[in-house]
Parts: sequence; C-alpha cells; structure tokens
Amino acid sequence: MKFTLSWLKDHLDTDASPEAIAETLTRIGLEVEGVENPAEALKPFRIARVLTAAPHPQADKLQLLSVDAGSGPQQVVCGAPNARAGLVGVFGAPGAYVPGLDVTLKVASIRGVESRGMMCSSRELELGDDHSGIIELPEDAPIGAVYAEWAKLDDVVFDISVTPNRQDCMGVRGIARDLAAAGIGTLKPIAVPTVPAAFPCPVEIRTEDPEGCPAFHGRVIRGVRNGSSPDWMQRRLKAVGQRPISTIVDITNYLMIDQGRPSHAYDLAKLHGAVVARRARSGETVEVLNGRSYTLTPDMTVIADDVEVHDVAGIMGGAHSGVEDGTTDLLLEVAFFDPERIARTGQALGLTSDARSRFERGVDPAFLEDGLALLSALILEHCGGTASEVVRAGDAPVPQKRISYDPALAARLGGVSVPTDEQRAILERLGFAVEPDGERLTVIPPSWRRDVDGAADIVEEVVRMVGLDAVQSVPLTRDPGVAKPTATAEQLVERRVRRAAAARGLHEAVTWSFLSEAEADAFGGGAWTLANPISEDLKVMRPSLLPGLLSAARRNADRGAAQIRLFEVGRRYLADAERPTVGFVLGGDRTSRSWATGKAQGFDAFDAKAEAIALLGAAGAPVENLQLMGEASASYHPGRSATLRLGPKTILAEFGVLHPALAKTLDLPADMVAGEVFLDALPGRRDRGPSRTKPTFAPPALQAVTRDFAFLLPDGISADQLVRAIKGADKALITGARVFDLFTGHGVPKDHRSVAVEVTLQPSERSFDEAALAGVSDKVVAAAGKLGATLRG
Amino acid sequence: MAEIDDLHDSLIAAVADAADLPALEGVRVGALGKQGSVSALLKTLGGMTPEQRQTEGPRINGLREAVSAAIAARKAALEQAALDQRLASERIDLSLPAPDAPAGSVHPVSQVMDELAEIFADLGFSVATGPEIEDDWHNFTALNIPESHPARAMHDTFYFGDDTARDGRRMLLRTHTSPVQIRTMTSKAPPIRIIAPGRTYRSDSDATHTPMFHQVEGLVIDRGIHMGHLKWTLETFVRAFFERDDIVLRMRPSYFPFTEPSAEVDVGYTLDKGRRVIGGAMPDGWMEILGSGMVHPKVIAACGLDPDEWQGFAFGCGIDRLAMLKYGMDDLRAFFDGDLRWLRHYGFAALDVPTLSGGVSA
Repeated sequence: MKFTLSWLKDHLDTDASPEAIAETLTRIGLEVEGVENPAEALKPFRIARVLTAAPHPQADKLQLLSVDAGSGPQQVVCGAPNARAGLVGVFGAPGAYVPGLDVTLKVASIRGVESRGMMCSSRELELGDDHSGIIELPEDAPIGAVYAEWAKLDDVVFDISVTPNRQDCMGVRGIARDLAAAGIGTLKPIAVPTVPAAFPCPVEIRTEDPEGCPAFHGRVIRGVRNGSSPDWMQRRLKAVGQRPISTIVDITNYLMIDQGRPSHAYDLAKLHGAVVARRARSGETVEVLNGRSYTLTPDMTVIADDVEVHDVAGIMGGAHSGVEDGTTDLLLEVAFFDPERIARTGQALGLTSDARSRFERGVDPAFLEDGLALLSALILEHCGGTASEVVRAGDAPVPQKRISYDPALAARLGGVSVPTDEQRAILERLGFAVEPDGERLTVIPPSWRRDVDGAADIVEEVVRMVGLDAVQSVPLTRDPGVAKPTATAEQLVERRVRRAAAARGLHEAVTWSFLSEAEADAFGGGAWTLANPISEDLKVMRPSLLPGLLSAARRNADRGAAQIRLFEVGRRYLADAERPTVGFVLGGDRTSRSWATGKAQGFDAFDAKAEAIALLGAAGAPVENLQLMGEASASYHPGRSATLRLGPKTILAEFGVLHPALAKTLDLPADMVAGEVFLDALPGRRDRGPSRTKPTFAPPALQAVTRDFAFLLPDGISADQLVRAIKGADKALITGARVFDLFTGHGVPKDHRSVAVEVTLQPSERSFDEAALAGVSDKVVAAAGKLGATLRG
Repeated sequence: MAEIDDLHDSLIAAVADAADLPALEGVRVGALGKQGSVSALLKTLGGMTPEQRQTEGPRINGLREAVSAAIAARKAALEQAALDQRLASERIDLSLPAPDAPAGSVHPVSQVMDELAEIFADLGFSVATGPEIEDDWHNFTALNIPESHPARAMHDTFYFGDDTARDGRRMLLRTHTSPVQIRTMTSKAPPIRIIAPGRTYRSDSDATHTPMFHQVEGLVIDRGIHMGHLKWTLETFVRAFFERDDIVLRMRPSYFPFTEPSAEVDVGYTLDKGRRVIGGAMPDGWMEILGSGMVHPKVIAACGLDPDEWQGFAFGCGIDRLAMLKYGMDDLRAFFDGDLRWLRHYGFAALDVPTLSGGVSA
C-alpha cells in the first residue's frame, strides 16, 4: 500500500518528519518497505522544447531532435514516435541517472550521430507504465525548469506492507488513525458532504444473494462529463502506482485508496432493467476490465442486469458496462461483499485486484452510507450532474462485539505493564469504545476492526502502541542441574549415520523431495503426485533418495568431478508414511591414478557393500547378524546387488551396481554404485535403563589360534553361507571365520569355486592339543560338507 | 712370555684389519675356534703345574677376553656400517604424495540443525518432528487459518489430488513447520518446550526462494508465559547461535493468524567494509530473521487445551537463511544442487560436532 505525505496530511495534522513517520509506522506494525521522494531522483531532469525534428540519416525509426532545455539547442537522437517539433517534454542531459533504465546518460553516438541526452517517457522516469512515447507537457510549461518541481512531485511516497488482518489500513485514513493513536499527530475530522437528491433512483437495485452481498447501496447520477481528472488527483494516483484513466474511474480509485472503500460506476446507458447482486449461473461468462473472459460458477456472486453479468462482485467490473468518455449517466455501486466469498472467488478465478484485496480482508460495514456520499460529492464536483436518491438494498453486517477485558492481561500475556487509564486512552484513540466494568473493561471494537474479537487482540493493540521495545526480557525457568539430553533415539541415529558417512569421505547433499514422473517411475513410481507442481521436474514425491542423488552426481560429472561420493539423510515418501532413509551414490574414481598404485580404479559393488554395512553399524544395527540376500529393487544390476536383512522379511539396506538400463535412462556416468539404508526398518533400541555399565569382560588368558581350510564350493552356494556354516560348527570354540582367498580355474572342478577360509579358534581352559584341533577340523569339514563343499586335497 | 703378547698384538691387528663380517669370522675361528691359536693356549693350562697355572692362567684368559671383546666391537662396527650403507640405499622421496583419504562433509543445513538442537537443549527444548505431507487441518485450519483466509492464498501451497484426501482433509505439502505445534499440543500434555526443524514447501522460486526450504519452529506452552519470555528466548538463542553477546533484536508488531500478539523480529547488523555483519550494539540496519508471537487462544483451544490456563509463544525461522547469515553463502539455490565444490567449501567436517563446551559453531 502506497501513499504520499501530502495525502496523509489530508487526514493527519502533524509536523513529524517523513523519517519519524516511517519509524513509527514500522513500530506499530505497518512495516515500511520504502520511503522515497520521486523529486529527489528526478532532479536532473528539466522541461525542454523540441525545436526541430529531422529524420536520422542512417535509421528509419530514429529522429534527430534539436532540444532546448533552457540553455540553448542540443542535438538528441530519439526513437519516440510522438517526437516532433514544438513538443514540450522532459529532458535528461548527459550525467543524469535514468531510474527506469538503470543507466546514467552520457554523450553517445547513435548510428553515427552524436546524441547529447534523452527525451524521456513516463516509464523511463518511473512515473508510470507508459512507454508508447515521450512525455508530453502543456505548451506553456516553463522551459528549463526542474520538471519534478514544476510537476509537484516533491511529495514523499511511503510504501507499507499491510498485514492481511488490517483492512482499515488499506486506506490512507486508517493509516492516519493508527499514526494518531501512536502519538504522531491528530486525526482530522472527516467532512461527509450532504448530497442533494434531485430525483428518485430510476434503477431497481436488489440483492438476491444476501449471503454473498448483504448490502448494495446505489444511486444514479445524470448529466456528467467524463474527462480527465484534476491534476492533483492524477499526481497522487500516479505517485501511488495507479494509472489515471478517466475522471470517474479515477475518483473511484481515489476513494478506494483514501478510505479503503472500493466502489464501482456503471454506464447507465449500457444497463437493462434491474441491477441485481446474485449468484452466477453455472457456465455463465463475463469479460472484465483486464480484457479477459472468465467462466463463473454458482459459488460466485455477480452483479447483473436483466441481460448479462456486469461485474465479478467485489473483484473486477465488466468490460462492457464500464464508464467511457461519452458516458453521461452513471449508476454508482457501494456494496458490502462477504470476505470469504470474495477470497474463494478470487482464488478460483486466479483474479487479483485492488478491490479484492480490500473486500477479502473485510471492508468497514458501517461506511457504505458515508462512502457513497463522498463518492457522489466528488463526482458532482468534478463531473457535474445531478444525483438521485440513494437505494439501499440489504444491510451490511455490523458486528456488535463486546469484549470483556482484564487490563492485567497486558502484563500477563504481553509482558508489559500499562496502567488501565493509558490502555483505555490507546484503545479510544484507535476508535474502540471502552466501558468500565469493575476491575475489568468492556471493549467494543470499531466497525472497521473486523480482526479484533478477543482479549488477546486487545493486548496486541495496547502492546503495539506502547511499542514492543517496552517489553522486558524475562528468562524462562530453568530446571536445576545440568541440561538434560533431549534428542530422541531416531534423531541420534540420524546424527550418527550422517557423521559416519561424512567421516567415510561422503559429502552430504540435500536434494529436492520431489522429482519428475520419469525419475520416480524409474524407481518404482511415486505414491504422491502434486496437483499444482511448480514444474514437471518437481512433481512426484520421491520414492527413493537415489534419483535426486544421481542427478546431483550427473551434474557433478558434467562439471568434471573425478570422484563422486554423495549421500543424503532424508525421507522417502511412501503411500502410508514418510520413511527416514540414507541414500548414497559413488561414481568416478575410487582411487585416482597414482605414482604408487598405477591406474585409477573405479567403484564396485563391494564399495557399496562397505558403505551400507558401515552406515548400518553407525545406526546401531547388529551388523554381525545381518544376512546377505538377493532381490534388491529393479533399479540395480540383478547380479551385482544385494539386500542386507535381519530375518527374511526385514530389509535394512540394499546396494549394488545400478542397472545399466537405468543408468542409460537417467544419462548417468558409467559404473555408478549406490545404496540405501532404511532407517525405519532398524530394530528399536532396547531401553538401556539407568545403568551405564557394560557387560563384564576379561581378555582370555590363552592365545587364539587360526587354521586355514580350502573348500571346493559348488556354484549357487554363497561364500556367506559357507562362513555361516563354519561358524556354526562349534559355537564354543570358533570365534571367527573369514574368507581370505577365492580361486577358480586350473584344478578346480567346473561349476565350483575354491574358497579359502581362515578359522579362529579360542581355547578357554587349556591350550589345544592335536586331538582337540583335529576334532574341530572334522566338525568344520562336516558342516561345510552339508552345503556340498569338499575339502580341497 | 713374549709369545702371548705377540699373539695378542697380532690378533688385535687382524681383528682391526678384518674388512667385513666373513673376514672377521675367519679371524675369530683362527683365534677362538677349536683349532684356534688362543684355544690351543687354553688347552696348555691342563698340563701346567698349579704354580704355573696361577701365573699363566690369567694371562691366557686375559688374551681370550681381549680378543673376544675386540671381535665383538669390530663386529658391531661392521654391522653398523653395513646397516648405514643399506639405509642409505633405501632412501625414498617422501615429498611424493601419500595415499588419498577421501574427506567428506556435513551439509550446512544439517550442521545448523545440530547447532539449534544443542542450543535449545540447554534451554530445555526437545526436538519434535512431523510429517511433510500434511493435511489442511493441521497446516491451516487448526492454526486459525480458515479456508477462505487470505493468508491461505499467500502461502503458495502445493496440493495433492483430491483423491488423496484423508478424513475429508485435503493433503498438501506443509507450508511451514507450524503444524508440528498442533501435533505436539494434541499429543503431549503441557508444559511443552520444543523446536521442530524440517523441510517446508511453497510454490515459489527465485534467487531468494526455492520451492523446498527448511524452517525451525519453536513452541513453549506453560502457565504464565508472556512476550517477555519470548523476547528473552529469542535473544538468548540468537546470541548463542551467532556467538556474539552484542546482538540487538528489534520486535515489530505483525500478523500471523496463529499468534496474538504477533511480532516479526529483526536482528541488528553493522557494516564492515560494506558487508553486513550480524551484531553490534549500535546497529547500522535491521534484517528480518523470524516471525513469532503468543500462541493464539483459538489454536490452544483447537488442540484441546484451555487457553485460560495454558498460554505460550511460538516462533518460526528459516534455517537456510540462518545458515546464510552465519556462514556467508549468498545463493539459496546452491543449497540443493549437491555441487561437490560447494559442499567441500561450505560443508562441515564429520568431527565438527556442535557442543556447548566446545562452542556450537564449527
């Protein structure tokens, strides 16, 4: 919401400086986004006359102008179609900064001809949107004068951000009232004119939708002349970003900004029969002032006559019934529309307007009468004509709220003690009525404060007027002793996994939670698709962390990254829940080429396995009990991927080489490996109770011994199965078994592998003798034999 | 007995002349071996009279010891020389690079979340979470943002299709972390002190907005909590987070449907060579960092609590923005690109765990 200092002073008697006003506005909750004096920026621009205009020798669309800005002719190259001899406009000499172009003018050569400055358009000077030609001033404008002074632009413009609850500050008067209440001046009384009614209103006005349009006041004015609004009004409108259109339209806009009161003027000649506020009929269409047509639904309120819809009520007027230059008779509409209805209609149509932004916040329901009087008087003053009697269809709902308020609440909730008398004075300055009620007050909010309906709201009014600076900091209570741990088990797991991954050389990325449909489909498809995505690339909630990480990997590879190690801790979004997950991708070189180790080496599935196991370990999973099984999802190479499970059903992780087809679809670098750890599948940690002691342990006195066994293992039996079988052969003595060699080829039968296992045996009471070792060996061989493995001779 | 003296001199000389270990071994065998010259002298002791033995014994044994000692010393010297020679030949160029150990990093957003958790743990706040795919009751209605409220439109909400509605509630991506307030108040009895960091979403994209971003919510519900507590908490948090005691906050009245009174909070900055630096007792300007207020009585009531008994405050703050202000990144979009160069530069080492004793900043 923009307004100027002079406009504010129409309503507020104050000597405060613009800086003091701006500071106060922010302090009371009307956040200042800008304070600007347009005259400051436009100081270098002077009024100039075009003496001669001749074609540019090298360009059809350019002209050579001789321009006098008070100090003799200057040659200027100009492309404006309206540039001509005799035109009086605004000239910027070399050195002037043109705000709308963000350039500083200098002597330039344009198509081989020197140009010493510029004749400016409105847009170039940020005075409006018009860029169809250069500014044209009246013939008698003083040549050489500073344009901004002559045009009376020396009026500070404030731009404030009005929060959605403050409809009353969508008008200059409301802002003035708030400033007056904050002590920055005195609110001037408003003079509501009495408009003589010369004849009965000839148009029937009704509301058939009392819910959407509870009140519709209107009157006809006959015999108007619609031309250009007065300079002072145009200046103000332009200063606040409104484009002057015609006297009548400008007056409705002026009233809207001055009082926060939207209204509408219809050309009476274009109306047929009664003018009615009603629900739109299904499929009914209306072309509105922005030039577009909208199809309406019965949820929307419109203003229509016997023939057609003329207005999307409270949002935008129709294109066909608006006033024009030749309009002589008007119907004025000052209505009250239901804020929710306006908001819903605006959202459904995607249509915004200054009127909507006010009606949906809720205009003052008690200001229809005065609003119409002010509107009528302005039109009669500037356009002539005579007014009819006022027709009042329906009643605007003026809430009668009485809030019982305990003044101590200012301290109890607001944290600031304000004497009751002072609270009362603040509220009264803001237009609230206050009645004493014993220790309490009964507070009656003014009609324009729809947002106020409880004691907390009253506290806010008091606190913002005394200023939040007055609130003193008070420490929260603190339990005695050292602060207690607060992280949950899940949070601890995520933290440990994250730092474990970083410690292992992986970089944590944060990638989008949403993906393209194609990416989601490549990973089994997403369960959640946005109805209104911001782009097709960010549409489906990710079913896996891998697509986002792989895209990041691809971007890194495209930038020339030789080693890619990325991980992410985040959620995958399944139909039933959001599952905490760690994903990682490894690509490029695992080890760079080196003087010591030779060629660069890539990643393989075992690197992915190592990460998966390490991350599971960090997450507290019982790593030694994990079973390695197949059936990783289809995004992996079927022969080079696996799952890690606790029992057959609980999949804790999957990992491996990505499926070549997927790599191709996603345009990934070759040989990427990846994995995901499903934190949601981790077994819950048992509550460890109050004790922090670890299980008793003393290192065994006797040294462990190792024995090596080489087995011929039939294909189809995994090394893991063999190791598990060996470990199970004598659980008391065998404390470890580890594959240390693998061989196929000469001497190994077809469809077999030679697998060498180092078995660790731990004696307990006394050292092993030969017989004991032979006994264990036999058990190992027997256990392996059950899998079809034979000891290699 | 010049014979013994001569033998002594000749053997010592032979030891000294031995050029290498085999030569020295030859000398040893020649003197102390079974057929050696010194061994032969020792054997003569058996044929001597006790008197002779008394005089000759010590001399002969003395000879043996002297030769043994000389051999041992010479052996040590030769071994040392051999070792020195070997070591000299084993010299390597240690300026060559050692094997690479990949160094990973923790994302700034995660690091800042850990910092927040650490700071607020000291103030007695635990960390709460909630779903990102929310329903419109938790995200809006319970937060006093009814269907047609203009604030709902201002949130640029991402919605899921109508077919996903649950219990008549439309599903959406949460536009703020505030629904965690509702989930906490409806599931936990007061007093409550939580922060809730996490991902949030709005349909907005430019240099300073991304469709996904991170927020942290704070909520305190107790008896007798007022805006003074809010102010203290925010001051304490901001000063701890930026590790400066001279940070000044400015609260401005504002509007959020779920708080009343509401305040936006600016942090003072000073200019250092044209750069904005958070802090300084006499700020050169203000930057907005968070929104806050006293939880609206309607919100407390919507969660089934009695607003006459329980009151409190809430605040919400952009984590990405906090990270940018503290660590100096200037482009939000880079947070979500996964560019390894950026991660190496702005990320944190695994061991940079924020602690109160070590400081929350890495």
